[in-house]
Amino acid sequence: MTAEMTATCPHCAYPVLQDETFCEECGRAIHAGTPGACASCGAGASEVGADGYCGRCGVRQPAPRDHLEVETGSAAGVSDRGLRHSRNEDSMALMEVDEYVTVGVVCDGVSSSPRPDNGSQAAAETGAATLVKELRAGAGHVEATRAAVARAAEAIAALGTYEDAPACTYVSAIVAPGRVTIGWVGDSRAYWLGPRPVRLTSDDATETGMLTAWLGADAGEVIPQVSTFEPDTPGVVLVCSDGLWNYLPTAEEMAAAAPGAATAPLATAQALVRHALESGGRDNITVLVIPYGRGSAIQ
Amino acid sequence: MTEQPQFTISVDQNKYLAVGHTEVHAILTVEAKGPAVAAPTTQAAEVIIVDTSGSMSYGKIAEARKAAQAAVDTLRDGVHFAIVAGTANAHMVYPPDRRLLPSNPQTRQAAKEAIGRLQADGGTAMGRWLRLAADLFETVPGAIKHAILLTDGKNEHQSAEEFDADLAYCTGKFVCDCRGVGDAWVVAELRKVGSTLLGSVMDIADPKDLEADFRAMTQAAMGKAVADVALRIWTPQNATMTYIKQVSPALEDLTARGTPSGPQARDYPTGSWGSETREYHICVQVPPGVVGQEMRAAWVKLVVPETGEQLAAGNVLAQWSDDYAQSTRINPKVAHYTGQAELAALIQDGLQARKEGDLELATARLGRARGLAEQAGNGETARLLDKVIDFDPETGTARLKPNVEKAAEIALDTRSVRTVRMRKESEA
Repeated sequence: MTAEMTATCPHCAYPVLQDETFCEECGRAIHAGTPGACASCGAGASEVGADGYCGRCGVRQPAPRDHLEVETGSAAGVSDRGLRHSRNEDSMALMEVDEYVTVGVVCDGVSSSPRPDNGSQAAAETGAATLVKELRAGAGHVEATRAAVARAAEAIAALGTYEDAPACTYVSAIVAPGRVTIGWVGDSRAYWLGPRPVRLTSDDATETGMLTAWLGADAGEVIPQVSTFEPDTPGVVLVCSDGLWNYLPTAEEMAAAAPGAATAPLATAQALVRHALESGGRDNITVLVIPYGRGSAIQ
Repeated sequence: MTEQPQFTISVDQNKYLAVGHTEVHAILTVEAKGPAVAAPTTQAAEVIIVDTSGSMSYGKIAEARKAAQAAVDTLRDGVHFAIVAGTANAHMVYPPDRRLLPSNPQTRQAAKEAIGRLQADGGTAMGRWLRLAADLFETVPGAIKHAILLTDGKNEHQSAEEFDADLAYCTGKFVCDCRGVGDAWVVAELRKVGSTLLGSVMDIADPKDLEADFRAMTQAAMGKAVADVALRIWTPQNATMTYIKQVSPALEDLTARGTPSGPQARDYPTGSWGSETREYHICVQVPPGVVGQEMRAAWVKLVVPETGEQLAAGNVLAQWSDDYAQSTRINPKVAHYTGQAELAALIQDGLQARKEGDLELATARLGRARGLAEQAGNGETARLLDKVIDFDPETGTARLKPNVEKAAEIALDTRSVRTVRMRKESEA
């Protein structure tokens, strides 16, 4: 009998055998027997308490945000709690403007701020929705990018006060025929993965990693950095939080870890998250993989 | 509900475990904040047991009479009570027949007169005294039942087997505080009674101190508002309760007292509660987990098993981490009570070694205890140790004193299980 890696763990995306019950990597149950069953020991839904702890094995159930996957058109994204943080404070949003244009936003909640998980979610969702609305209304890509940052900044600022301010980073990508537009605040990044990989952002951070710009009620006026890029080959735009790029900082390393990105975005995003988990998973990990040059000669 | 104390459980622990580690420690602080005076509707019962063996003659019996009379004065109206005299058998002092009477000015006066006629003459069989108390309490099933046992001697008129059987008969039927007077009683015997019947044990070197002590004990008993409370502890499948012990106000290992009370849960009896705080050290061995995973290592509830009422609850957690700065941190309260337990063990081992003539071991243990007592803020314990050893704080060396008063040894042994709260707290 041949044992084939035919599936991935629903929690950490590690390849698992068809007949395995528990993931070798993260130890969680692969097949939750029935809906609501304990993700660790498989005890029935009635055993799992309202507070999230299993009445049999005691393990706290993963929150929905602990591991999220999205697919939109040909693009995909994965966001994961990682191994060290007790919750996922990253957020992602991926939307299609039309059949040619895709937008994506990644926000990384600042752990030292209050309610960073709520803050990053408001910023990412508002940012992506604004991009779609502005672009459909005919706005220029740079103009739309700036408008989206401004709306996202308002959305997160509305969740707090100067003294009690949820905070997050922000990076957006508009991937359109002939042109890629990136806007960012903070140290979340975008990369171009093609024959010559390039990092498309420069961090708003000190050498020691302290953020010098962020979104939040205590951030003052936010002026995003915006760059545009006109690729001359097919490739992939990758947008991510530092939970991924800390383990793959250079564009070359990122590209080498994502060889099939153009043809298999979801599998690539899963593989990159797995790479970060295997490297220690010290932070929340979020990555969007948006192919560029759809319909051209990419195999 | 306003008549009953409000209970809270708070948990002190470092939940982070290194990968591969499975031992979870926590200190549970159970606090009952209540009405200062127990509701008059709370049914209470009190039996006062006075040793009237021959050795109690001369000054001791006179002081014991005064003490028992003071205790009777402290009983509130309506409390069902009786006075028992103990020799090789148990005798009713008041009322004359085997029953409890409600306290009122007339019954209290009659009881005090009967106590005044107590004479010391006979042997010592404490198990039989306690058995009579248990039978008396049976007539008031719902009440908060409390006994005081006073003795001055060794339990020499019944076999160890009979004594154990008597204690087993009494277990769970009432709470008993024990007092040893003089220097001829055996700490281990009274500790066995106190442990089994969930009460305190104290030494009274001077019989003159009995009266105030009896008054205080009875007052405390009158302040109890909830009877038969238990810690109900759930642990994960395949986990093991390594131990659960009370660590404040005194050390008491409860591990072996657990009885199954539901799936993966056991009940550990804690007796009756007034307005007070007790602390418990719990240690659970859990199945291994992966980095980032959080597990409930124990779910602790304070319950009244008879009614199923839940008074408070708390969670002991485990979360695996590969950050050693996180997992190697020791919770200060866990460290404090680990030290208190070590101190008690050193004293008891040291006194045992001294009894057995192993002076080298005794010196080492008691000397180490003296150093630890100083560090941990156990000033009272340090003072008691100084009556048994000469300790040089400069060099840390100790020497057994050649002549030690028996009472000093008894006091040190008896009080070795009494702990102090954390220093930071007591200053605050």
